Amino acid sequence: MLTTRILPCLDVDGGRVVKGVKFQGLRDAGDPVERAVAYEAQGADELVMLDVSATPQGRGNATDTVARVRAELRIPLTVGGGVRTDADAERLLKAGADKVAVNTAAVLDPSFLSRMAERYGSQCTVLSLDAAERDGGWELVIKSGHERTGKDAVQWAREAAELGAGEIVLTSWDRDGTRSGYDLELMRAISSAVRIPVVASGGAAHAQHLVEAAKAGASALLIASILHDGDTTVGELKDALATAGLEVRR
Amino acid sequence: MKVLVIDTGTSNLASMLAALKRVSLTPEVITTPERIERADRVVLPGVGAFGAGMRRLHDMGMAPPVFARIEAGRPLLAVCLGLQLLCDASTESPGVTGLGVLPATVERFEVAEIVPQLGWNKVKADEGCALLQDGYAYYANSYCLREVPEGWSAAHTHHGERFVAAVERGPVLATQFHPELSGAWGHELMARWGASC
Repeated sequence: MLTTRILPCLDVDGGRVVKGVKFQGLRDAGDPVERAVAYEAQGADELVMLDVSATPQGRGNATDTVARVRAELRIPLTVGGGVRTDADAERLLKAGADKVAVNTAAVLDPSFLSRMAERYGSQCTVLSLDAAERDGGWELVIKSGHERTGKDAVQWAREAAELGAGEIVLTSWDRDGTRSGYDLELMRAISSAVRIPVVASGGAAHAQHLVEAAKAGASALLIASILHDGDTTVGELKDALATAGLEVRR
Repeated sequence: MKVLVIDTGTSNLASMLAALKRVSLTPEVITTPERIERADRVVLPGVGAFGAGMRRLHDMGMAPPVFARIEAGRPLLAVCLGLQLLCDASTESPGVTGLGVLPATVERFEVAEIVPQLGWNKVKADEGCALLQDGYAYYANSYCLREVPEGWSAAHTHHGERFVAAVERGPVLATQFHPELSGAWGHELMARWGASC
């Protein structure tokens, strides 16, 4: 039986880890390689690295950061943020990513997902989906939450899975960085609409939030600020998941 | 010690190379078959479809020397699709003949709700395994081997149904999971393979 996974997420800008609240107000949170190694030692199941660079120079550094992390990291590495073209995906994979997460580019050109799945396999093709609450449903948002699309998030998840996405990282735009818990209704809606694993992202403050999301259908839990700030460890979170009856790797 | 890594056109070659370096091996990526039979160590990585993987091996002229090497019991590590390519065939690509080292057909997961199997799952080593031990490993697969071929020791796990997690025969190790992504446990397995003979 597959275990419930914990995925620490490093937002990286110019070779440093940063974490914002609602995608803004970035704070420095350390060296990516040091953080990656520390989280693996704590029991992280995979690592996610998002390039949130505001400048082309920062983006160039991201490839180096992936290579530096890969040399040390012994668990899977997903890289996303600013992946616009097939060449971007290839560059990150060559540098050492195991999976590439695509967001805005897939919305603008859904065939991006099928091309990636065809070329590298579905296990490598991750859809990063940002959703915002809208009367009784969820709207797909893009460009780091700055642009609403008018598209239904659940419908898009279904489409993406059919196109070949092998996993969905689901971020609640309303909850990201707020520590008010994952959006459980959103998780239920998306995870019951697709047969691929869905990763809950955005809003976790403590272990109970992770337990709730896993019980709402999440295959994995993405966390950032509560780890970066030293509030808890991956090991403590896994203890809590196990106590709640979920299988974890320890 | 040098290890030749067959370039099967896979996406996560960088992870495999990094993991080999961490167990003090010196990987070299190859696309031609000349040195395969006599090399100290060979790695056959692989993700993607069975048919495309076999086509690539044939295009590079790799199939005969890989087969000969395994039959001679020389150290080889086959990972994920690499394990499947050692079999006779796969229902993923009907009509395509595999390397035929493992007399079995690879089939799609039939019971599990979520396919592909993507994540960490148990490994339970049967008695008689020298390299494989119990633990958790990282998997990314939709197809699996269900029966252990005669003459091989195996580890098993469950994803909806019981399937073969890995097989070993002397220094030939074939894993459905990715040891290069399986944390400290995977690192130790690769180190044991790197020291096997």
